[in-house]
Amino acid sequence: MKYLGFPKEKNEVVASEVFKATRRDFLKTGGALAGGFVLGISLFGCDAKGKKTAAFAPNVYLQITPSNEVSIIAHRSEMGQGIRTSLPLVIADELGADWSKVRIVQAEGDEKKYGNQNTDGSFSIRMFYKPMREAGAIARLMLLQAAAAKWKVPIEECDTTNGQVVHKTSDKKLSFGDLAEEASQLPIPAAKDIKLKSRDKFTLIGKETPIVDLPAIVNGQAVFGIDATMEGMKVAVIRRCPVVGGTVKSYTDEKARSVPGVLKVVQIKGAGLPATLNKPLAGVAVIAENTWAAIKGRDSLEVEWDLGPNASYDSAEQIKQLVQEVSREQGTPRRNRGDFNSAKANAKKVIERTYIAPHLAHATMEPPCALAVFKDGACEIWACTQNPQGARDVVAEVLGIPVDKVKINVTLLGGGFGRKSKPDFIVEAAMLAKETGYPVKVQWTREDDIHHDYFHSLSVQRIVATIDKDNKLSGWNQHIAYPSISATSDTSVLQPDDGEMMLGAVDLPYNIPAIRIETHDAKTHLRVGWLRSVRNIPQVFASATMLDEVAEARGMDPVAHALELLGADRSITFNEEIVKGTYPNYGEDIAAYPWETGRMKAVIERVAKEAGWGRKLPKGSGLGFAAHKSFLTYVACVVEVKVDATGKVTIPGVHYAVDCGTAVNVDRIKSQFEGGAQFAASLALKSAITFKNGRVEQNNFDGYQIIRMTECPKEIHVHIMDSEAKPTGVGEPPVPPFTPALCNAIYAATGKRIYNLPIDLRS
Amino acid sequence: MAEYSIWVNGKQHAVNVPEDMPLLWILRDVIGLKGTKFGCGMAQCGACTVHMNDVAIRSCSFPVSAVGENKITTIEGLSEHGDHPLQLAWQKHLVPQCGYCQTGQIMNAAALLKATPRPSEQEVEQAMEGNLCRCGTYNRIKAAILSVSAES
Repeated sequence: MKYLGFPKEKNEVVASEVFKATRRDFLKTGGALAGGFVLGISLFGCDAKGKKTAAFAPNVYLQITPSNEVSIIAHRSEMGQGIRTSLPLVIADELGADWSKVRIVQAEGDEKKYGNQNTDGSFSIRMFYKPMREAGAIARLMLLQAAAAKWKVPIEECDTTNGQVVHKTSDKKLSFGDLAEEASQLPIPAAKDIKLKSRDKFTLIGKETPIVDLPAIVNGQAVFGIDATMEGMKVAVIRRCPVVGGTVKSYTDEKARSVPGVLKVVQIKGAGLPATLNKPLAGVAVIAENTWAAIKGRDSLEVEWDLGPNASYDSAEQIKQLVQEVSREQGTPRRNRGDFNSAKANAKKVIERTYIAPHLAHATMEPPCALAVFKDGACEIWACTQNPQGARDVVAEVLGIPVDKVKINVTLLGGGFGRKSKPDFIVEAAMLAKETGYPVKVQWTREDDIHHDYFHSLSVQRIVATIDKDNKLSGWNQHIAYPSISATSDTSVLQPDDGEMMLGAVDLPYNIPAIRIETHDAKTHLRVGWLRSVRNIPQVFASATMLDEVAEARGMDPVAHALELLGADRSITFNEEIVKGTYPNYGEDIAAYPWETGRMKAVIERVAKEAGWGRKLPKGSGLGFAAHKSFLTYVACVVEVKVDATGKVTIPGVHYAVDCGTAVNVDRIKSQFEGGAQFAASLALKSAITFKNGRVEQNNFDGYQIIRMTECPKEIHVHIMDSEAKPTGVGEPPVPPFTPALCNAIYAATGKRIYNLPIDLRS
Repeated sequence: MAEYSIWVNGKQHAVNVPEDMPLLWILRDVIGLKGTKFGCGMAQCGACTVHMNDVAIRSCSFPVSAVGENKITTIEGLSEHGDHPLQLAWQKHLVPQCGYCQTGQIMNAAALLKATPRPSEQEVEQAMEGNLCRCGTYNRIKAAILSVSAES
């Protein structure tokens, strides 16, 4: 499960402790300001009794200087979700800082210092909201203590606002900077002495705060991975083996070397098989003075490959095989409730459907790229990475140097979606820098990105639903097969792992007397990774479109049907029905983050109301509904669709209702849902990767298409539930329910059920 | 290799490069203007959009030899203080997510408004069709463009 970025120990309670850090600590992380006081937050793994297990200890720093600058370290990677803004604003709000004067400093990758930095699994806000608030509150209390002592007034008469401590009964005011030295001399208050702000006092949390990088982005000054540069830098573009696991047999580089600007040609050995989640593919790199020369040099290489065992892989053939595979009566049981066989034997009606979804590529607008320099036994890197620590560890391993000799600087990411959790492209840069002695930037072209991604893999599922004599949904049997993420590291893996099954398969929340979820074998011939919401995409596409069909068969409205199947308000668990292993609950103790049917019903009712569910639409138009909880966030979605006579699909409106607990940065919640709908619209309507002879058949955005402005969903309304519950993430949860809601809308509009993605109504 | 003298953001730059070298790589690697982004290399995504005179072109597929005496404008030269009406509208409408494609989006939109100061919603969609955004900020982009058009 490490791939989802969870803490290493399951059911780990995370507690925090604030400490005084040295200025050197802050300086090392890139804060170049002198003086003042510096606080670190240490997060500890604890057992249920609160005893430290010390498994987990990230530090996040806050510095206030005598010149009244407040600097906050952002230790998570920014890829469009707004985390460089949303976590620091939590500290700033609790502190009472002047947000317009807060400086954000991006942390380098350092596990000892920051704990888990793998920005993945929609968990930054979930995991760090409370520690950030506490850090802000502690710093605030120390500033209040310093001011109260200076003014010789009771601390209760003091407050912080806009970067100042104010004395409420006089007009005395002191800036944080004026108090920084005094505050830094005080002992750290005990956690029991701090008081967190009440909700009505929030100035930033729950509001709409623009991202801190906004002006730099619109002015073209924002620094992404591709923009990293340094004196003497060369550019490498690599020809990689077109088949995963293949190796270089021989190559001829005369033509490549004759391209003006080409300096060197270097072979990269590659991981072979298993392909691994962090090492490069085999290839030949052309290093040149500039990107264009490197591209031309690379294109002039003549390479003979030993293609290896995946050279005959054909994804269309695999889909046919998996359709056979899931048609077997029995697979590996993963969840079992009641007796499905008996439900089927006694059924009045049996509905059986097979669902097929293709491989997908991430296609981040910024292709993978990284700059590395190797000097005196140490390697420094600038990269668009979601996982700087994972990168640091593998670079140290591959270069054979200690981890503390590797420094990873995190730039802005031009999109991530899970692709930039894999450091293969960073390792390429590090290896080439060491080999050539140049500072080397490895630049992937779009073709490289489409051909050599860590793909979201294709899937085939068969669902059998049974309706009994009393018109109840009596049984649910879901058969699932797809190449597993785990197989990328271990080629013997043939079936989905527990982490993948958690994502919209074994967590089916409905009151159905008999549930049997089973998995089947699927070989892996490609690098499989994780893509925004991961297995929830196909698994919920299948289950939520089947539910629509069941509702119709039972003569029920789909929304009423979902509410009925969720039943009474209560917390549900899955562990007792999981056949082997446990239900991971996204790495959180299910007692702390229960699965509450009442919260799901509330978002369903809200979205139905807001979308005008049930309203009459003209012929060729329809509304579709789906709901799904993922990454601990409850989401319900209604899509309105219009299908013309040629089968062209347009989406005039989308409504989401979301319960993500406390809303931290309201605008970024909305923007993640707006973007999530577009992301899902791409995969529902446009995108597919296919393999023939072990090679990807698409090359660029002409073959691997994503949604464009003319065809994208138009009005996307995001309704956020008012909540004081613990906040949960919003990066991934918008994606899963959109596709089935769209498919159900298409059915309402046309009477055509969708069983294959991407949707094609023209054929 | 050949000598070219090209006008970028009002300045003349002498470059010695192969004649098939796309303008994108001259801007980024030779002149050092990094606001123009690489997305696809074949005019499919619009991340590399710049202006030639007042017309949007995809610099990734535009060879230096075709630039001639024409005036190139990049995001860095769109406005002196980052205050082109579209740059302001982009901030007001909180358009960007990751931000990578946005300079190309803004340059494309600026060329649209130059040619068609008050485009219809459909004209905006048609004009912006060539600019991909994987984060899915399309509706805010459209709203930002229409807000500027309404003010003009």
